[in-house]
Amino acid sequence: MLAHFTNIITVFLMVAGLFIIVARGNLIKKLVGLSLFQTSVYLLYITPGKVIGGTAPILSPQYSVYSNPLPHVLILTAIVVGVATLALGLALAVRIREAYGSIEEDEILTRDHHVESEETKEPL
Amino acid sequence: MKDDLVLRVVGRLMIPAILLFALYVQFHGDFGPGGGFQAGVIIAAGIIFYALIYGVTATRQLVPDWVIETMVASGVLIYAGVGLAGLLLGGHYLDYSVLSHDPVHGQHRGIFWVEVGVATTVCGVMLKIFYMFTSRGNSEG
Amino acid sequence: MAITVVVIAVTRNLFSVIVLSGVYSFLMATVLVALDAVDVAMTEAAVGAGVSTVLLLGALHLCKSQEAKPTHKPWLPLVVSVSTGALLVYGALELPDFGDPEAPIHKNVVPRYLENEVEVPNVVTAVLASFRGYDTLGETTVVFTAGVGVIALLRRRKKNPEKKRDET
Repeated sequence: MLAHFTNIITVFLMVAGLFIIVARGNLIKKLVGLSLFQTSVYLLYITPGKVIGGTAPILSPQYSVYSNPLPHVLILTAIVVGVATLALGLALAVRIREAYGSIEEDEILTRDHHVESEETKEPL
Repeated sequence: MKDDLVLRVVGRLMIPAILLFALYVQFHGDFGPGGGFQAGVIIAAGIIFYALIYGVTATRQLVPDWVIETMVASGVLIYAGVGLAGLLLGGHYLDYSVLSHDPVHGQHRGIFWVEVGVATTVCGVMLKIFYMFTSRGNSEG
Repeated sequence: MAITVVVIAVTRNLFSVIVLSGVYSFLMATVLVALDAVDVAMTEAAVGAGVSTVLLLGALHLCKSQEAKPTHKPWLPLVVSVSTGALLVYGALELPDFGDPEAPIHKNVVPRYLENEVEVPNVVTAVLASFRGYDTLGETTVVFTAGVGVIALLRRRKKNPEKKRDET
């Protein structure tokens, strides 16, 4: 069980991020939860790449065992794409706030229902 | 915040150091940790630090909007241009071996220009997003 | 890090949520250095604790709100999350041990990358820029698109004040 300790920690962080996204109504908190979820996925990729007794993947004559560089490359791209997603999500949240007056999911849905029911009443 | 003496002194000491460190990370990306993404983000962070101390209007005079928009587009163009150069010189798209008299030097040149392109785009996008967020609040009623 | 995440889930003051997410990013960067991922740690520290926190604070300033009290107990999301977690842990028990040098992940392409045909000591940069250059081109395009998207969403047209006067 101890050998899988890292996997359990990663899964715990992932589930906590998922919980924040699903269970909290505030849009900014949902976006923070999304970035937490993404960070736990980085752990999920990089932990199997480590070789005990190896070193960072920068070639040098003194070392012969290196940790796997392939996950590092993929995650580097993922981090920058993650911050791009966060920026777009925040821009959307700002626009929603201007249009609806709040960023709580319940209030936004209620206001949408009001607008819909008013629109269906008009032809009468 | 620009009246606070401690912030001004610390800013004067740290911002050139931050920019210099970003250049170091960019050009030594081949030999140590670093590369284009990190350098672009560190430059953007340095300029945001300047904006936090001296205000966004002063920063807009220092780094105007058109400079940032040009940076955003030209980074991607540099990257694609390196690929095209490989194509024009007889190899595949994004093949660096044909860029110089010797495949190893060609790889070094290709990697250098590609990292410059990436850093430019990343820095430009981060700064542009920061400017957009701060200017949106000011023009609201 | 687990404690930080639990506190983020429970706190309602959004400013402290954002500061705690910066703390979480720094802790993640430290863990990444311990896992020998130095490039990734530098990027995570710069992006997660630097730019991401600044953007969140900017958005909070524009939104100006406090999280409301949740109206109903989150039993269903809790059950869904815990069951997803249990399934993932069950699946993860079959994965190779931590730090095992004989794991399949080290066998396929990586020995060729480590042979270093391009004579660049930093293997991660070499792979990013040369062996997998197309991926980096796509990623630069994604960042560019995100910038254009934010410009499109948040740009103020100069004609707006006259339009608003016409509407009111």
